[in-house]
Amino acid sequence: MNLANLMNNYEEAVAMILFGIGFSNLLLQSNLIKKIIGLNIMDTAVYLFLALKGYIEGHKAPIVVDGVQSVDAYINPIPSGLVLTGIVVSVSVSALMLALTVRLYRRYHTLNLDEISTLLKKEER
Amino acid sequence: MELVQNFPFITIIMALFSGPLCSVLKGKTAKWVNTVVLSLILLMSCAVLVFTLQTGEAYVYQMGHFSAPWGNEIRIGVLEAFMAVFFSVVMLLCMLGGRREQMEELEESKQNLYYVMVGLLLSSLLALIYTNDLFTAYVFVEINTISACGLIMIRQNGHSIVAATRYMVMSLLGSGLLLMGICYLYDLTGHLLMSNIQEQVALLQESGEYHIPLLIAITLMSVGLAIKSALFPFHSWVPDAYGYSTLSSSAILSSLVSKGYIFLLIKIFYRVIGIDVVRGSKVVNVLFVFGVMGMIFGSINAIRESNIRRMIAYSSVAQIGYIYMGLGLGTANGLIASLFHILCHAATKALLFIAASGLTDVSGKDPDFFKLTGSGYRNKLAGVAFTVGSLSMVGMPMFSGFISKILFAEAAYETTNKLIPTMIALALSTLLNAIYFLKTVIRIYTPSYRAGIKTDNRTIEMREQPLKSVVLILFIMLNLVLGLYSEPIVNTLMSGLRMFS
Repeated sequence: MNLANLMNNYEEAVAMILFGIGFSNLLLQSNLIKKIIGLNIMDTAVYLFLALKGYIEGHKAPIVVDGVQSVDAYINPIPSGLVLTGIVVSVSVSALMLALTVRLYRRYHTLNLDEISTLLKKEER
Repeated sequence: MELVQNFPFITIIMALFSGPLCSVLKGKTAKWVNTVVLSLILLMSCAVLVFTLQTGEAYVYQMGHFSAPWGNEIRIGVLEAFMAVFFSVVMLLCMLGGRREQMEELEESKQNLYYVMVGLLLSSLLALIYTNDLFTAYVFVEINTISACGLIMIRQNGHSIVAATRYMVMSLLGSGLLLMGICYLYDLTGHLLMSNIQEQVALLQESGEYHIPLLIAITLMSVGLAIKSALFPFHSWVPDAYGYSTLSSSAILSSLVSKGYIFLLIKIFYRVIGIDVVRGSKVVNVLFVFGVMGMIFGSINAIRESNIRRMIAYSSVAQIGYIYMGLGLGTANGLIASLFHILCHAATKALLFIAASGLTDVSGKDPDFFKLTGSGYRNKLAGVAFTVGSLSMVGMPMFSGFISKILFAEAAYETTNKLIPTMIALALSTLLNAIYFLKTVIRIYTPSYRAGIKTDNRTIEMREQPLKSVVLILFIMLNLVLGLYSEPIVNTLMSGLRMFS
C-alpha cells in the first residue's frame, strides 16, 4: 500500500531525491563550484516539488481565453508565482556565491575550500 | 485608519530604499543618509509602539487592499513593535560605535556600499518582525543572508572572504530546508498567510490526517532556522564571521541577525503552527537538548580561545543556546525568558564587541589575550564597559543577564522533566561564563609591569573618541535599564505575547 503510494507520487519522490543530492553536495563537497552546483540542484528540486503541487492534470495555465472563468479549467497559479520568486532569489544567491568564488580563486589559486583554509593558516604565521 | 498604522510599512520601505540610494552617493553623504534613516525608523517604531500600547490590540495592515486569503499583509502588535524599536536602537548604536573603524578599515570607494548592506539588513529584519506571510518571510530571510554576507566580506582580507563563504554555505543549507518546509506546509494547508495556516493546521490536527508530513514540515523549518541562527552544532562559521569582520558588522551580526531568524521561528511556532501542535510533535525537546549542549560547548570553546573577538563570538554560541533552551521549554514563560534574553544578549554582545575593540586599540590592534594586559588602565571607559558586559553575561544582579537567568529558572519550574537539566545547565554555564569572562576582566586590570609583559603604551581618553564613548555609555545604561527595570519590560513582552498568536 505504501509502495503503491510512492509509485503514484513518483514525481514528488524524485524531487525529494534531487533535494537530498543537492543538499549533500552543498554540505560535503569541498570544491566551491561543485558546492554551487549542489545549491542549484537543491533549489531546483524545491521548485519542481512546488510546480508539481500546483499542477492539476488536464487543466490549463490560468490565462483566461474565450471567457472561460470556471475553476475547473485552470491549474493553481500561486505555486507558479512562488517558483518565479524563488528562481529570482536563487539566481541572486548563486551570483553572490560565484563572485565570492572568483575572489577566493584570485587570492589563493584554488577552488578547494579546505586547501584555502590551510593556506590561510599559513598566511597567519 | 490612522497615520501611525502606516509606519511599519513605511519603515520597511524606507530602509529598503535607503540602500540603493546610498549606492550612488559618496561615502560621507551615504553615512549621513544612513544615520538619518536609522534615526527616523527608530522614531517611527517608537510611535508604533506607543500606538499599540494605547489600543492594546494587534492590527493587520493589508498590502494593496486585497483581503485575507489572497493578499499579503503585515501584522503589528506590542511584541513586534517593541522588537522593532529595540532592533533599531541597537542597530543605530552599533553603526555609530564602529564608525571610526568603518572609515579606517574599509576602502574609500567601498564605504557607501557598506551602508547599502546596512539598509537592506535593517529592512529585512523589520520585515521578518512584522510580516504575516510565510513566503514573504522566506524572501526576506534570503535578503538578510545576502546583506549579512556583504557585511562580513566588505573588509577585504583573506579571512573575511573565507568566513563569508562559509557563512553563505551554511546559510544556504538553512534556507533550502526552510523553503522546503514552507512548501510542505503550503501543500498541506493551501495557505501562505500565517493566521490562515493555523486554522487549517488545527483542522488537520483534529482529523488526525497528515500527521507525519506536518511533523516533517515543522522539523524542516526548525532545523533550517536553527542552522541560520548558529545553534550548536551548526556554529562552525560563527567565530570566523564575527571575529574578522569590521567592528559594526560583528556587533550587528551577533546581536541582531541571528535574532531575526529566532524571532521568525518563534512566530512559526506560535502563530503559524500553534504551540500546542509543536509541543505535541516533540520538536521543542530536540531544540532544548541542542540549546543546552550549545550553552556548555560554546563556553568551553570560548575558554580555549586566545583571540578576544573570537572568544566573544563563541560566547554568542552559548547565548544562542540559552535562547533555544527557553524556546525548548515549550511554555509561555520559557518563551518570555527567551525573548528577554534576546534583548539582553543584543544589548550586551554589541557592548562587548565595541568595548573589546576599544581595548585592542590601546594594545597595538592585536586581539591576542596576553597583549591586553593592563589595557583597562589605558582605555578606562572601554575597560569599565567590558567589565559591565562580562558581569552581565555571567549573571550578576543589577545587570540584564541576571534577570534572564532568573526568568529561565522560574520558567523551568513549571515543567516536570526539564527542571533538573535546566538548572544543571544554568549553573554549569554560569560557571564556565565566569571562567572566561572574569579571566579577561582580571587580565585587562593586571598592570603590565607586574605581569612582566611588554605592551603598547598608547592610552585613549574619553575625549579623543567622543562618539564611541557616548555609544558605550548608552549601551551600559541600556544594560542597567534591562537589569533594574525589568518588570515593565517583561510585562510588555507578556502583553505582546498574548496578542501575538
